Amino acid sequence: MSMTATAGRARADPHHIGVVIEHPGPASKRIVTAYGFWVFLLSDIVMFSCFFAAYAVLSGQTAGGPKGSEIFEQGNVAIETVCLLLSSFTCGMASIAADVRNRFWFYLGMAVTCVLGVIFLVIEFREFADLVARGYGPSRSAFLTAFFSLVGCHGLHVTAGVLWLLTMMAQVFAKGFRADVLRRMMCFALFWHALDIIWVGVFSVVYLLGSGV
Amino acid sequence: MSDQTHMHAEHDLAPGDEEQHSVGVRILGYVVGLALALLLTATSFFIAGTDLVWQPSIPVALIVLAIAQMGVHLVFFLHITTGPDNTNNVLALAFGLLVVFLVVGGTVWIMAHLNANMPPMDQIMRMQ
Repeated sequence: MSMTATAGRARADPHHIGVVIEHPGPASKRIVTAYGFWVFLLSDIVMFSCFFAAYAVLSGQTAGGPKGSEIFEQGNVAIETVCLLLSSFTCGMASIAADVRNRFWFYLGMAVTCVLGVIFLVIEFREFADLVARGYGPSRSAFLTAFFSLVGCHGLHVTAGVLWLLTMMAQVFAKGFRADVLRRMMCFALFWHALDIIWVGVFSVVYLLGSGV
Repeated sequence: MSDQTHMHAEHDLAPGDEEQHSVGVRILGYVVGLALALLLTATSFFIAGTDLVWQPSIPVALIVLAIAQMGVHLVFFLHITTGPDNTNNVLALAFGLLVVFLVVGGTVWIMAHLNANMPPMDQIMRMQ
């Protein structure tokens, strides 16, 4: 039996274990793109973990300023959480609609996602503005620095997500459900769901655990 | 060559992609995920403010509920499964989680010991 690959390029048994695996060739662009974006998201989560670690260490260092339990309003946080959760759901509906190329449900799902994201951002911005107006800005204490950088970093991500969302709606409007537009839509859905996962950490660690400190 | 088994190596699934399901089944998956996530969120907010349970157990309960909810999001929204077509996605996730736990766990551990071994701030000021 010759050692050369006479079996054809689609079959390979390099170690002669008696199992021929038919390789379908390189992965499709959709898989490569999404996997690369997945790796980016994981590194983004690693970056957030540094902010979480800083908050966990500094949450007691109030320097005579307010403690977490004195400035957090659980009602607002609950509304923000429900907004993000529902927006994750509607984002999922929009990506299903994109897969079956249904424009109406795609636009509807994306529009609802956008509205919920904007409501979240407005509530968060008002909370920040209120704290700064009371003199509890990020320079007041190490605890507030850690709080503003962690929650603000997540808020910046949501802002970027909303802009990306509007871009996707415009691209589908102008270009239709092309393969490259669908790949971008898949990356956007990954991004939005990952933001929701990070928010789960934020409301648990910052607001619920932090108000008990 | 007749003793050779033929296996077809299916392509991996892209992260976020599901296996071929009908639209109804896919929507149902999101509905189940949303219901579970809302339930876990409500439990978290309830536990945080209640006097009904032993108070030192509350932080642990909150962390467990948060991890459970992240799992729900991964499975029902990001469609990360244990199937062979998801191996690459799961491995990348596992490495990411390793780094996250090293960073957070290591920081909290080290800084808590540093705090415990430091004299109070007024003593440091007098030493200078």
